[in-house]
Amino acid sequence: MASAYTLEFEKPLQELERQIEELRRLQTERQIDVDGEVAALQQKLDTLKGEIYSKLTPMQRVTVARHPRRPYSLDYLSTIFTDFIELHGDRLFMDDPAIVGGWARLAGVSVMVIGHQKGRDTKENLKRNFGMPHPEGYRKALRLMQLAARFGAPVITLIDTPGAYPGLGAEERGQSEALARNILEMSALETPIVTCVIGEGGSGGALALGVADRVLMLENSVYSVITPEGCAAILWKDASQRERAAAALKITAEDLLRLKVIDEIIPEPLGGAHQDPDATGERLREALIRHVTELRKIRPEKLVRRRAEKYAAMGTFVES
Amino acid sequence: MAVMAWFKKERKPRTSQRARLEIPADAWEKCDRCGHIDLREKFEKSLNVCPECGRHRRFSAEEYIELLTDTGTWRELNAALRSADPLQFEHYVDRVASARKKAGEADAIFTGAARVDGLPFNLGVMNFRFMGGSMGSVVGEKIARLARRSLEKKIPLVLVSTSGGARMQEGVLSLMQMAKTSAAIAALRNAGIPYISILTDPTTGGVSASFAMQGDVILAEPGAVIGFAGQRVIKQTIGQDLPEGFQTAEFLLEHGQIDDVVPRGSLKETTARLLRHMQGQRPHHMESVEQLA
Ligand SMILES: [Zn+2]
Repeated sequence: MASAYTLEFEKPLQELERQIEELRRLQTERQIDVDGEVAALQQKLDTLKGEIYSKLTPMQRVTVARHPRRPYSLDYLSTIFTDFIELHGDRLFMDDPAIVGGWARLAGVSVMVIGHQKGRDTKENLKRNFGMPHPEGYRKALRLMQLAARFGAPVITLIDTPGAYPGLGAEERGQSEALARNILEMSALETPIVTCVIGEGGSGGALALGVADRVLMLENSVYSVITPEGCAAILWKDASQRERAAAALKITAEDLLRLKVIDEIIPEPLGGAHQDPDATGERLREALIRHVTELRKIRPEKLVRRRAEKYAAMGTFVES
Repeated sequence: MAVMAWFKKERKPRTSQRARLEIPADAWEKCDRCGHIDLREKFEKSLNVCPECGRHRRFSAEEYIELLTDTGTWRELNAALRSADPLQFEHYVDRVASARKKAGEADAIFTGAARVDGLPFNLGVMNFRFMGGSMGSVVGEKIARLARRSLEKKIPLVLVSTSGGARMQEGVLSLMQMAKTSAAIAALRNAGIPYISILTDPTTGGVSASFAMQGDVILAEPGAVIGFAGQRVIKQTIGQDLPEGFQTAEFLLEHGQIDDVVPRGSLKETTARLLRHMQGQRPHHMESVEQLA
């Protein structure tokens, strides 16, 4: 099952999985009772999995966050939301498939859901540009957020991008302006905003969907000002130092909770969200409902004031 | 960067051999675009703009403060803010210490109150020499406080940007400074307090993707490199060379991203005139002009 995408640190699990499969094959082929052996191996596998996943290094977490089987925005849109109607385009230049969005229902309530969207294979990735949006994507996102605010609907954003696309057209059409505008407008948008980092939270391209009243992270997602590879290349002129950079940058959900940048960590099933997308979705859904319900009770002006105060308090410095 | 190769071929240094012999060698400076050689004093007198080709060479934060404010009106604010080391990032403390030795105590931005052509305003000028003008918690806090002061006193804000982007060593906290400064600018916008953003060479990354691109009016110096992504990263991503003049102030003007390209020598006057327009005030020489009915 997972063999096609087994991560380096999952190799010890692979051997146990192979043994279990082998026993099952014997069972069907020769009608031998192996239930006892299988159960023992399965228990060993779960224990080992638990051990491995309880002490992932930050860089190992990055590989889980980037796992090609990890659920993406459209997966959650089809499982934990209902009545989704995708809306396209920035009304200015084009539609950017690296960001998807539209009306949906969360426990019956109309919400605007906007998320980065990666592709699962080469063809889809070319279309989705590996989840790296152009300015048009951000402008579409803002258009949809303002649409939601106009009708009093909460905004839910799902973050999963390596970063805003660094390309010629993106620069020509004002990538900086698009990001800067979203960040400013989100800080003052008069409707509840709940964000969840579901995979990679890549720098300004993530933040431009991520200024919110509540920011959540899935357990194995990461959120960083720069990729570990980029940081290593700049500081040590050596991209292979990414392990060191990933640890130094403090990019895991636990780190961000400690730094008070996020509000809650949503636990993932053993072995990561891709091992059980439905269970992950169920936990995400529960958290989103809880936060949206709370925020809907607060008047929009008060919401915006609190949001501004929250961001005003971010940062650490010394005043002598 | 826009290197105008044909300039190099056509223009020769004009200073005579004899004059050069009489003056110590280190008093001379050379323009990196056209090769023009002149006395440092000459460059300084022309605001570090090449008298031959108009190339705007780097200007220090202190020089911008002097350029943009009326003599004797500058009063620095929040000068006592210092970087902490929230992530215990390796060597960050040492890097900040050596930056302070090299570039002063103000971290990567000076903020203060002053007057421009008689008008009170709040001014922030980023300091590229301090860790490449990178934005960490101190830069974010200083800008947020300056914007709040503008809001409380109802006086306009002017920020002069130059930055390589967010300060990596403060990790995601430096990313959050983009949201913090943006929220502060949003409050100004909401209250109708003018904010002019002046972009100088270079303005990229997290600074360009936040307050630098949020001005009610955005001006840039000639030739300044402005963009979100660094040119090396773009080149690597697209696997081809970048067009001549890509990401320069002129490129941004042509693509509708900024309001105007303004030479250094006109920045102060342009700023004052814009502030008067945005605050419903008349220029001095128009006091007697008849008012619109
Ligand atoms: Zn020159």
